[in-house]
Formats: sequence, structure tokens, C-alpha cells
Amino acid sequence: MTKNLLIDLKGVAKSFRAADGTARSVLEKVDFELKEGEIVALLGKSGSGKSTLLRIIAGLIPADTGKVAYRESPIYGPVAGVAMVFQSFALFPWLTVQQNVELGLEAQGVPADEREARADAVLEMIGLAGFGGALPRELSGGMKQRVGIARALVTNPDVLLMDEAFSALDVLTGETLRNDMLELWDENRIPTKGILIVSHNIEEAVMMSDRIIMLSSDPGCIRCEVKIDLPRPRNVDSAEVRALIDEVYGLMTMRPVQEVAAGVPVPKRQDYRLPETDVSRIEAVLDLLADAPFNGRADLPQLAEEAELSDEELFPTYEALGQLGFALVEKGDISLTPLGKRYVEAEQIDRQELFGQQLLTHVPLVAHIRRSLEQEANGMLPEGPFLELLEEFLEADEAKRVLGVAVEWGRYGEVYEYDYHTGRLTLPEPAESA
Amino acid sequence: MFELFNPQKTADSINDRGPNRWDWALLPLVLALLIVFAFGAMQMSHPFSVGEASEISLDPVYLPYYLLRTILRMFTALGFSLLFSLAFAAIAAKYAKAEKIMVPMLDVLQSVPILGFQAIAIAPFIALFPGNLLGVECAAIFAIFTSQAWNMAFSLYQSIRTVPPELSEATRIFRLSSWQRFWRLELPFAMPGLLWNMMMSMSGGWFFLVAAEAISVAGQDIKLPGIGSYIAVAIEAKNGGAIAWAIGAMLTGILLYDQLFFRPLLAWADKFRFEESQSETAQESWLLNWMRSSHWFRGLTDKLWILLSRPLGWFSVRYDGTSAKASVRQINPVWSKVWDVALTLACLWAAYRMITFIHSDVGWGETGHVVGLGLITLLRVMLLIALASLVWVPIAVWIGLRPQYSQQVQAVAQFLAAFPVNLMFPLVVFAVVSLNLSPNIWLSPLMVFGTQWYILFNVVAGASTIPNELRLASDNLGLKGWLKWKRVYLPAIFPSYITGAITASGGSWNASIVAEYVTWGKTTLIADGLGSYIKQMTEVGDFHRIALGIGVMCIFVMLLNRFFWRKLYLLAEDRSS
Repeated sequence: MTKNLLIDLKGVAKSFRAADGTARSVLEKVDFELKEGEIVALLGKSGSGKSTLLRIIAGLIPADTGKVAYRESPIYGPVAGVAMVFQSFALFPWLTVQQNVELGLEAQGVPADEREARADAVLEMIGLAGFGGALPRELSGGMKQRVGIARALVTNPDVLLMDEAFSALDVLTGETLRNDMLELWDENRIPTKGILIVSHNIEEAVMMSDRIIMLSSDPGCIRCEVKIDLPRPRNVDSAEVRALIDEVYGLMTMRPVQEVAAGVPVPKRQDYRLPETDVSRIEAVLDLLADAPFNGRADLPQLAEEAELSDEELFPTYEALGQLGFALVEKGDISLTPLGKRYVEAEQIDRQELFGQQLLTHVPLVAHIRRSLEQEANGMLPEGPFLELLEEFLEADEAKRVLGVAVEWGRYGEVYEYDYHTGRLTLPEPAESA
Repeated sequence: MFELFNPQKTADSINDRGPNRWDWALLPLVLALLIVFAFGAMQMSHPFSVGEASEISLDPVYLPYYLLRTILRMFTALGFSLLFSLAFAAIAAKYAKAEKIMVPMLDVLQSVPILGFQAIAIAPFIALFPGNLLGVECAAIFAIFTSQAWNMAFSLYQSIRTVPPELSEATRIFRLSSWQRFWRLELPFAMPGLLWNMMMSMSGGWFFLVAAEAISVAGQDIKLPGIGSYIAVAIEAKNGGAIAWAIGAMLTGILLYDQLFFRPLLAWADKFRFEESQSETAQESWLLNWMRSSHWFRGLTDKLWILLSRPLGWFSVRYDGTSAKASVRQINPVWSKVWDVALTLACLWAAYRMITFIHSDVGWGETGHVVGLGLITLLRVMLLIALASLVWVPIAVWIGLRPQYSQQVQAVAQFLAAFPVNLMFPLVVFAVVSLNLSPNIWLSPLMVFGTQWYILFNVVAGASTIPNELRLASDNLGLKGWLKWKRVYLPAIFPSYITGAITASGGSWNASIVAEYVTWGKTTLIADGLGSYIKQMTEVGDFHRIALGIGVMCIFVMLLNRFFWRKLYLLAEDRSS
């Protein structure tokens, strides 16, 4: 059976070195296979290392440990039989569509005539015949991604990697392109033997793939796998597809097994991590959830449709709502807690106070900052040490982002204040005599 | 099988009907340029012996010839600067070890005044071509090169370092070799910045033209035929009319290469802009439009591109990621330690040499004196930049908010930045002598004479990008007068102002050599300062003191950049993001 194994990963781990020299694990013990004839989707929240995993398979970054093989030979760098489609298209703006598509062939020294013939054939197949002389900036997003796909296909790759390839497009364009892609695949019109999709869009994953693999975060490892045996093309409104989408939603929002703490209040460092969302989105989702037609309880896909936001934008918000105790996410549904109901009905000033209370009791990072400030005589501390604390287990950019979220939440809950120019956190001044 | 319909080809064959009117219009232009340049190049090689007086005539009839020689010289230097930049950037961006030395080295070279290079280079170049003027010609070209190359190299290196990561990944996925990557990704990405810096470099070249062409180092007095020498002779002869002619010739020269060379290049390079959207300030060039509508020319360029793109197939990577050759070689940390130690030792040795040099050859008293002169020049530079800012920032903001003027003003400012300060000598000497003013104060404005324009056009550019919504909002809120400046305009232009002020400051140091030591006929006015010290020592030919003066200036410029301008720049960057 190993004969038709395209990509084979065993026990792959990857960590990045932090500024202070300590290693931070991004991927741990990942086993993964891509066989001939299948489309596999990788789903995961941001920070789950799915992008890193894709880049390891692409040969762009080496794994620290474990086996990474393409057709039984180890991968040391980008492989000829593996091509990639990028989220941001990654087209060269100074090259015409034709030149962009020929790039990979040119690099391999394919003669000009053959290059042209092959590029023409692929452009025609992907619906870009006649656009060869255009510059990428003249094209719409959907057309640009078609060029990106053509550029990958023209090298006749065995394996096609798609890094959130449809997420920069609007919903309709993304769907059309996705369907065109599946048509080419199902009719065997492209030489590609296997496709790996990295996505954060659950519907997209269910509609396209034969298997969905879900990654958990911190550090990223494979959490579970869902097999999809439905024939393509699939109807998004059919009962089976809806059920599958609900199931995947449920699995995605399931909290990792809660360690029922034996009354020890010392928070684990990982709990300091905060989801990528902001106060106005949190409140918007709360209000939406409280109002008709949901009246406090909603099916996640429906809420996403009503909110006109993508899963990637919404999941962090659900996480925040859960953490703050305003809502409960279970089995693909979200419902308001009594506290959440009170919050929605409260006046602005009470809302902020309630928010602050929840922060102090449920968000370890905010509570930690507040306690540290209270211990200072002047109630003031630079942000540096907090950033360093976060950098012990997060990458520098991510640490900065998390601290940014903590600053915004803390400001809103009037837990502390922050001065952008000096980078100092301070306790709020006692309210001046009103 | 693949007889595909290709709309491009059909369109080409319809147009393929021999020469059109654009061909006939372009032909004489191209031929004339070729003949003129060939003539100029032939004149470069001329018998010459050291000490021979070269004749420069002040008759305006000779000006076109001098202009040709000067422009040829400047373009030769520009060509070498380009080669240098390509090599520098490619090596520094690829090899971390080389980068460690090369980048600080460029920082130092950038702060060495042009006279310093000339003093060192003139003798070897003359020795290289004995009995021929070509040696002196090379020395002049080298001097111009030193006023052009550094900022180009820096710009290219910076661009290569900031290539968008996703494009970089794409070149790796499609397995482009370093060679292919350089031509397909790095150079195109760096092109707009590089071109802009080439234009700045040409201006810089004009500014020091007199020093480069009329060589008076160590008692040598050689004047190469060119506009710079013409100006030098006119100053010696106190000929105001000739100065006016020189200004005219310079203006013509700048207009010519701007229209025939830079405009078409800029318009062509528009496609290399990385922002994928169309910008409203697209460059236009009549010459490029002509060339694009001419069949002959099109045919020629198409052939040329095919020829040029052939080398892109060279150095393909013949193996892929499944070969062990592709694995990332781990650099042994011991070697990089060894490298660091070697570098440190070299620096220590250099420091030791410097101390012994000062101790034995020039003495500490002299060094203290030179540092004192440096402080005087520092004071001058800072005061004048501040004054120039007070004058130009409000004007520049006013212009920048009116887009109809800003393009023209930018062009004029660019010309003024090229204006050699020597051309102002007659006016200044006349004023200082007749009104009996102190040279120490009244020569100072010459230092920022050429460099203040950098403040002007950077701020104009900054002000013209203030979002319209912001201006409407401030009007809507009723912001007026000083409050509006304080809250809207000044914060908005701060980053571009800092960029302009950094360039102006660097240029002013360099200009101090010309500005603190002014001659007109037999009259010589000297202001105390580091610039006049270096200039005087160069005329005497005291190499130890030239080295001392230049060394001190380098240190001043680098310290000022590191501890003042860089801090401000980071602050500006942080605020605007």
C-alpha cells in the first residue's frame, strides 16, 4: 500500500527559537499521510501550526525531528513534484500572466517554444485564454488566483498544496473557483495525484475534501480526523452535508479536555494566551445572539451567515465569550449564559464594570497585570516584562498581539490604562469627584 | 494539437507593416545621440603629461562640447555606480558574514567627503595611463562615482532585504536559482527605489562637479574639459557672464538627460511598483510613448528582451528537494565565532594604528583643534537645518496641499539640488566684501544652499499624501491656525520631514568643504570649520592632516546619524504606523 503514498510524515515536530534562546514548540508528534487520489483538508485555529505544517511539506522549512518524505524519498528542500497556491496569490506584478505561468518552467530551463505551448494549454484550461499579455494588476482577485493555480499546474505537480487559496476572495468568487478546481480534479483533467488544502473555512473543507484533519493549538498536533465519503459535486443544502458541517463545527469548538483543577488557582502559562478579537466584535456577536431570530441560542453556521463574518473571524470571538462566561459553545451551538443576558441588557457603564469583573476572575493575563500593578507603589509598570513573559511560550509577533488584546480589554473594563508612547501600564486614576 | 487561438499574435501581425511615422521621428534622434556620444568618447583619450596646463576657454561656443564631456563622464560614473550597487547588494544580501563588514563599511564611505577620495585616488589613476589624459579622466570619473554610488547601493540592498515573503516563497517553490531569483524577483522589486536614487545621485554628481573636474590636489592643477572646469576658470577670471552661461548649459544638460533618459525609464519602471493598484501619479514620458508606438523600435526591444532573457536559463538548479544537496547546511557556530573574533581583532588593530598615527604624526593638540573645528561645523549644520526647516516646512505644506503645483515644484527643487554651490560664489563674495560682513556667519548659508531642497521636496511629497478625509474632518471640527498645524499638518508630515532632514544634514557636511572656503578671483573668504580645514590641507597636499580631517568628519557624521537622526527616524516610523 505504500506505493501510492505521496506525502508521508511521521513524528514530525517543529519549534522556533525565541528571542531569549528558549525553544517554543509549534508542532508536536504529527503523523500525516497523503495518498494518491485524495483531497485532504487541514483545519485549525490560528496558531495551530497548520501553515508551518504546510511549509514543511513544501520543503520551505525543515522539520526538527521526524520523517518527512515524498514518494519514499526524504524532503530536504522544495520538491519538483510539489507545487503551491498562495493565499495572497504571490504573483510577480512586473511579469505578464504568461510570464508568471512560465516562471517555474523557465527556472528549469525548458525551451521557450515548449514553455509557451504548455502555458497556453493551462491558461485555456483554467479559463484565462487571451489574458496571457495582461499584467496581474489589471485582473480581479478571482482571476489572479486563477493565474496562481495555472502557475502551479503548469509544472505538472503530483501534489498541489493550497494555502487558504480561496480566503482572500469574496464568497461567490471563491465558490466558483473552488467548483472549477473540483471539476478539473474529478474529470482527471489535471495530472495532480493529491491535493492538500489548508483552510479555516469549515464549509469549504466539507465541500472539497475526502478527509478533514483537525489540528489543536499550543502546540499544534493532530486532534481528530473526519472521513467524508459523499460523492462530488456536493450540495451544500443537502442533509448529509449540513450534518457534517455541524459535526465539524462541534469538533472545532470543543474545548480541549478540561483539567478539572483541584482548587489550585495558579494558572498555567498557556492560559495567558488570548483570542484574536476585540471588544466591539464581542459585543456585536452578543447583541446578535440575544436578538431575534436567535433569542439567546444559535446554530453556529447560521450565526456566521447572519453575522456575515467568516469562521476565522468568529471562532476567536466565541472563545472569548466562553472565557468571559457570557456564552456557552456546545456541539455546534452557542447559547447565552444568564450573565451574558444580564450584560446585554445592561447600560454602557454597567457593561464596562461587568466586563472588568469578568476579566479579573476569568482572564489570568489581565488579572496578573492588575495584581502586578497593585504591588507597585506608583501603580505603574512598563509593558516589557509582560511581553517577555508571553514570549516564553509565544512567538514575538503573537506575544505582541496577545498583549494588545489584553490592553484593549483591560482598558474597556477599566482594569488598567496604557500609554502608547511610553509603553507603560498604569492603574486607573480614582474617579474624580463627580 | 495545440493550435490555440492567440489574440496577441494576431494583433501583432496586423500591425506588422514596416516603418510608421514614429519610426521616422525616432531615427534621427537615435542616430544623433550615437554620433555625439561616440565623438565625446573619442576625445577622452588624449596625450598629456603631468604639469601641462590644460586650456579651458570661456567662450560660450565651447559650452556644448564641455557639456557633452561632463554628461558622458557622469553617465560613465553612473554606470559604474550601478555595477557596484548590483555587486554590493547581491553579495551583502546573500552572505551574512560579508554583510557584517560591508554594511558598516558603506556607512563610513557614505560620510567620507568626495575630496578625500580624490586626494587618495588621483596619483594611482595618473600612473595607470602614463602620458595620456585618460588617467585624469578616470580620476574624475572616480570622484563623481564616489558622490553617486553609496546611496544607490544602500537602496538596492534595503530593497532586497525587504522582498515580500510570499514572493520569496514562490521563487523557492518553483526552484529558481539565486541567479534567476536576482533577476526575476530582487532587482525588479528594487527598481523604483533604485531609479529614484539614481536621479538623486546625478544631482549629487553635479553638486561636486567643480571639485571633480578641476583637480587641485597636492599642487596639481589639472582642468579636464567640462562644465565644472569652465565654472572653476570663470571663478578665477571673475567672469560673471561666463557663470551665467554655465548655469544655462547646466540647465540644458539636466533637462536633456531628464527627458531623454530618466523620464522614459521612470515611466517604464512604473510596472515594477509593488502596490498592485493603479496610482494616480503615474509617470508619463513622450519619448517612451514614441518608442512604444514605433515598430522598428518595438521589434528591436523584443529581440533584445529575448536575448537578455536567455541568460535567465543559466545556472538552473538541476536537483530538487529529494536530493540531499538541497538540505540546509548548518553553519558551524564555531566558525562564526572565529569570524567575529577576527573582525574584532581587525578593529582593535585599526584603532591601535589610529592612536599611534595621531600620537606620532599629527599630535594630540592638532587633533583637539580639528575636533573643535568639527564642533563649529556641527553647530552650523544644525542651526542651518533648523532655519531652513522653519522657512521651508510651511511653504512645502502649502504647496503639497495643492496638487496642481506640487509636481512642478518637485521638478524645480530637484534642479536646485543639483546646482553647484560654486555658482553662488560671485554673489556671496560681492556681498560679504562690500558690506564687510563676517565670513564665519555669512558663508554658512552656502552649506544648506544645495541641501535644503531635500527638505522641501520630501515635505511636499508628505503633505500631498495627507488623506483628504483628514483635512475635511479637521475643517469640519473647525480647527484653525496654529491648532490645525499642531494637530494635523505637522504630525502628518513628520516622517517625510525627518527623511528629508537626514539627507539634508548628510549633504551639508559634505558641502561644508566647498561652502566654508570661498574664492572669487584673488579674493578668498574662509570660515573656521572642519570643511575649510580639509580644503586647505588638500591644497597644500598634507596627507596626514587630510586623513585626520576626513576621519574626524566621518566620526561626526556617523555619531550624529546614529544618536540623533536615527532616533528621530524610529520615532517617526513608530508614530506613523
